[in-house]
Amino acid sequence: MRNAFADEITKLGAEDPRVVLLSGDIGNKMFDKFKTAAESRFYNCGVAEANMMGVAAGMALCGLRPVIYTITPFTTTRCFEQIRVDVCYHRAPVTIVGTGAGLSYAELGPTHHSCEDLALLRALPGMTVLAPCDEVEVRLALRAAIAHDGPVYMRIGKKGEPVIHQQPPDFRIGHAITIRQGENVCLISTGNIMAVVLSAADRLSERGISARVESFHTVKPLDRERLLELFERYPLIAVVEEHGRIGGLGSSIAEWLAEQEAPRARLLSFGTDDVFMHEVGSQEYARDKFGLTADNISTKVLARLHTMRH
Amino acid sequence: MSATTTYTKPDRAAQLDLPRLSSLARTLRARIIENSHKTQTPHLGSCLSCVDILVAAYFHVLRIDPAQPRDPLRDRFILSKGHGAPALFHVLAARGFYPESMLETYGQDGSVFAEHPPTPDHLPGIEAATGSLGHGLPMGLGMALSARIQGHPYRVFALLSDGECNEGSVWEAAMLAAAQRVDKLAVIVDFNKWQATGRSEQIMALSPLVEKWRAFGWNAQETDGHDIRALVQLLERVPDGSGKPVAIIAHTVKGKGVSFMEDDNNWHYRTPNAEELAAAKKELGVA
Repeated sequence: MRNAFADEITKLGAEDPRVVLLSGDIGNKMFDKFKTAAESRFYNCGVAEANMMGVAAGMALCGLRPVIYTITPFTTTRCFEQIRVDVCYHRAPVTIVGTGAGLSYAELGPTHHSCEDLALLRALPGMTVLAPCDEVEVRLALRAAIAHDGPVYMRIGKKGEPVIHQQPPDFRIGHAITIRQGENVCLISTGNIMAVVLSAADRLSERGISARVESFHTVKPLDRERLLELFERYPLIAVVEEHGRIGGLGSSIAEWLAEQEAPRARLLSFGTDDVFMHEVGSQEYARDKFGLTADNISTKVLARLHTMRH
Repeated sequence: MSATTTYTKPDRAAQLDLPRLSSLARTLRARIIENSHKTQTPHLGSCLSCVDILVAAYFHVLRIDPAQPRDPLRDRFILSKGHGAPALFHVLAARGFYPESMLETYGQDGSVFAEHPPTPDHLPGIEAATGSLGHGLPMGLGMALSARIQGHPYRVFALLSDGECNEGSVWEAAMLAAAQRVDKLAVIVDFNKWQATGRSEQIMALSPLVEKWRAFGWNAQETDGHDIRALVQLLERVPDGSGKPVAIIAHTVKGKGVSFMEDDNNWHYRTPNAEELAAAKKELGVA
């Protein structure tokens, strides 16, 4: 995903003289092409994210379209007040990109994990929150973010994620994309865990359950229209995200659901637990620890469908 | 694209109408004290210490046109010490950004005048909504870098308090500005030697403040922050040809202008009663 980001921001930098790229001393060589094409619009702001966020807001207030890039915790929790005051309060069109979403950097330890960013960022007034599911969505989301006249937060994975979309889909902020049609249950996902969700859908299919799969690349604003359609059509909706179950997409949908007139479909939420990981391992290991596997998701969905029938 | 003004560079201090500006500073101090009395607004000492700096900037140095507050080519002035907002509100009204009668809503429910500056979308003349310290300089640096990217000649000034220099983000911005040699950016520190609860030097070991800014790569100078002529001379010299950002350490007196408020930190939170207001106005020679 991050290579797709680097490639797309280079194109955008060449197309749009308002685009400025700010990096927090990461992405060694990744942005060489951007620098060659638009040297005066690349700033390595050092290991000083609070200042970087303020600088971006100042640029946005002068008509530029700054894009900030660094590792997710450092571009969110490290400088949260600058995002709140400098960016959101001013409605400054800054695009904040966090790489290493969720457990992408599992082996680096909890300082580099990011399982609270969706919760925090979606609480900010006027903030748009995006979590594209593959490199195709990354490119489209980045274009949509820069075209958007307000602040955008976008979390992306690292490198080597499976490509989900064979053709570029119709990407609009706030409009979910149907990845796969299905009859019996619906799996909603956001961000870099989509491949696991598709595997879970495959497992369900092997057991005779046809699962629809949706990419909610926009966590905020929530696609309420699509939710209404899904919750009317399916008896069970499972939400899967590489993020804490507190405050993420699952929570957001639960908030929406609580305000709906009964009866509606049941909601099942998969995400990380309310703990820091003290046993280090690969991203797959970390996902497994939190039950974010095709096996666990399909088993739980089957069990819930079974209970609901009896 | 909005209409833009071609700003003529004001002549050097020769043209400076010092008696007029000194009288204006006294009047503004009286209005700020009156406002504090009427609306029970705190931070009076902090407002009074920066009045002369604001007058020098807004009435002589800044290339601004109150009729075109969003002109892309205007100089930017950010009150990074946002708790000085009542002073700025009166200065902007006196400069013609909005009618002085608008200030009558201050302190009322639904007013745009909070105790800190609102966003530029909500009040003409404001460049950044501040109030949480350590935000104005990074935003100002972003504006100064924009001027470079867009080929605009404008300058950016950020007024900080000495207490604000506690914030790490100030020094993050200082280092990036020096690395990028942003010479159209200036910091003015309203160095009144106090912060909310005590002497700024004792709380966070600020000194040597001038040398600190120099060590961070800025061209730093110190001056009497109540000497309008000296302030004008330093502010007009931005950019000063050194290729460095400029720091002006302005020695000020908290509560300046009223003997019983000067250098008394109780006036960080206290507001004057009717007798104190009358005494202050009498001292300032303002009816």
